[in-house]
Amino acid sequence: MSAVVVENIIKTYGKKKEVTALQDISFEVKPGELYGIIGPDGAGKTSLFRILTTLLLADSGNAIVDGFDVVKDYKEIRKRVGYMPGKFSLYQDLSVEENLNFFATIFNTTIQQNYDLIKDIYQQIKPFKRRKAGKLSGGMKQKLALSCALIHRPSVLFLDEPTTGVDAVSRKEFWEMLKRLKEQGITILVSTPYMDEAGLCDKVALIQTGKILSINRPQGIVDDYKKPLWAVKSPNMLQLLNELKEKNEVEDIYPFGEYHHLVLKNNIKKEELEQWIRQSTTETVTVEAVRPDIEDCFISLMKN
Amino acid sequence: MRTLKFLLQKEFRQIFRDKAIIRIIFIMPVIQLLILPLAADYEMKNIKLSVVDHDHSEYSRQLVSKITASGYFILNDYSPSFDKSMNEIEHDRSDLIMEIPANFEKDLVKEDEAKIFVAVNAINGVKGNLGGAYLRTIIQNYNNEVRTEWVQLPRFSPETQIEVTSSNWFNPLMNYKYFMVPGILVILLTMVGANLTAINIVKEKEIGTIEQINVTPVKKYHFILGKLIPFWILGLVVLTMGLTVARVAYGIIPAGSFLTIYVFAAVYLLAILGLGLLISTYSVNQQQAMLLSFFVMMIFVLLGGLYTSIDSMPEWAQWITRFNPVSYFVNVMRMVVLKGSTLADISKDLLIMGGFAVALNGWAILSYRKRS
Repeated sequence: MSAVVVENIIKTYGKKKEVTALQDISFEVKPGELYGIIGPDGAGKTSLFRILTTLLLADSGNAIVDGFDVVKDYKEIRKRVGYMPGKFSLYQDLSVEENLNFFATIFNTTIQQNYDLIKDIYQQIKPFKRRKAGKLSGGMKQKLALSCALIHRPSVLFLDEPTTGVDAVSRKEFWEMLKRLKEQGITILVSTPYMDEAGLCDKVALIQTGKILSINRPQGIVDDYKKPLWAVKSPNMLQLLNELKEKNEVEDIYPFGEYHHLVLKNNIKKEELEQWIRQSTTETVTVEAVRPDIEDCFISLMKN
Repeated sequence: MRTLKFLLQKEFRQIFRDKAIIRIIFIMPVIQLLILPLAADYEMKNIKLSVVDHDHSEYSRQLVSKITASGYFILNDYSPSFDKSMNEIEHDRSDLIMEIPANFEKDLVKEDEAKIFVAVNAINGVKGNLGGAYLRTIIQNYNNEVRTEWVQLPRFSPETQIEVTSSNWFNPLMNYKYFMVPGILVILLTMVGANLTAINIVKEKEIGTIEQINVTPVKKYHFILGKLIPFWILGLVVLTMGLTVARVAYGIIPAGSFLTIYVFAAVYLLAILGLGLLISTYSVNQQQAMLLSFFVMMIFVLLGGLYTSIDSMPEWAQWITRFNPVSYFVNVMRMVVLKGSTLADISKDLLIMGGFAVALNGWAILSYRKRS
């Protein structure tokens, strides 16, 4: 049995349904999976999460979370899912401990009962347990929010953009926490706009303008990328980008760190490519074949 | 029950942690109760009077000194021409002109009849009206004195005269504070109840905490009760403080029992909290809630019978007041405080208020959705 099943979900906004947030979305999440929903801002990630956490009704389609229908059995779902919204939504005027205690109580449990689950996370903010939640730093707020979402030992955890606006070190820590939670058997759905985080998931769904572009294991997505990909570099990067963009042989070129990634329509040898580029520019150009990463795949999927 | 207990605990914690709110709830009503009734005075004093005396006689001087001695009038000027006094009115330095014609004394003595002209500045209607009436009474009084001085009345008056002597029941001295203070207390209670509830819930919407609550198994009625009970208690505390201020500062001791007041207030607060709840379900942010409750409050206060008598309103406005919970409580408060009405006397109002409570809360609960 799957932990989450989404079938043909459609969600539109506005009186005339002029804004389409989700167009016919379907996917499945296996129990214990760390499932990433990856897409840019406005792709429909939050709408999807709100539907799955029974906060929003879809126009059509079905969704089943932990064996319960999100429309019919929403009461059951509310007992067994954890939701951490993208915006910090705990009581800012209550202390860390009070917040945690409050959420434990309304789920009819106690902190002690499920302490083992949140211990790793909560220990880091325990020294500040008397501090008001509103006075915590961004990273600590996030840990508190995660603790509150976990306190009732949910079977499915929904994390909506948990790492947005968090520094690189905290982000890394956060993903490690998620891995440990996964080992406890909790199914985790996490949405993120950062493509580099895709590699940390068991499975990812790339989503854009309400449509799923691809569902695969991160490695699978990369393996599916068949086009020849090169990294090019020259002292004048902008000029290089503009010149190569004009060429017929070039399918796509985009800045990628200190290099430009160059996608060609046909396979050619490195020497050929070097020679070919040298014809069009006087600068010294470095060319290297690169293995695509998930970001390349996403850009390629987006452009199709 | 355990959930509700925790919701209440959380709510009280938040209320008592917000020092500004606490100050507003407890100090503002006291200050307002101390200031408003003293300022909202129905008695007109310090009416500025211009006298145009063309007579300059003994009698005209007597009349003027009688008027100024009444305490209601201040002699603004004593001018030789009406135009000059009119100028005073135009510059808003004077409210009333009394013109005493030449030969006033002579006519009064010889012809048994004299005329006085009174012009009233009606820009401030109440002041003009009352000022004119006061002046008329004083002149009439004076007239009687002159008559007794000059005319030997026959044993039986040749003209039939009806003399009216009134006795003011329930408020013998017509002390306006006795009916203003209970009324103002009602308004304060209404503002505290409706505004605080509305803003409190909308704040949870704004911060997003309501979203977090909505994904939990907390039941709708738990959440709503968790919001209503604290403010219901606070409302009763404000009422107690208000009654204390009324007693200490104004010496108002209700003629009826406190129990009657509290029973009605308890039901009234339920209705008002329901109103706050309703406002919150239709508002997305605190500004909207504030404006909406301000607008509703304005109508409630002006059509509540506190400042203007409902009986003198046009028919359609009277109909509106029947849907205004404030008007019932203002009425009940005055009845209990001044007249000593009992629960049996106000049972109809109590029943109607119960209806309001059920209707407003029912509507609010139906329109509160845990999901959109």
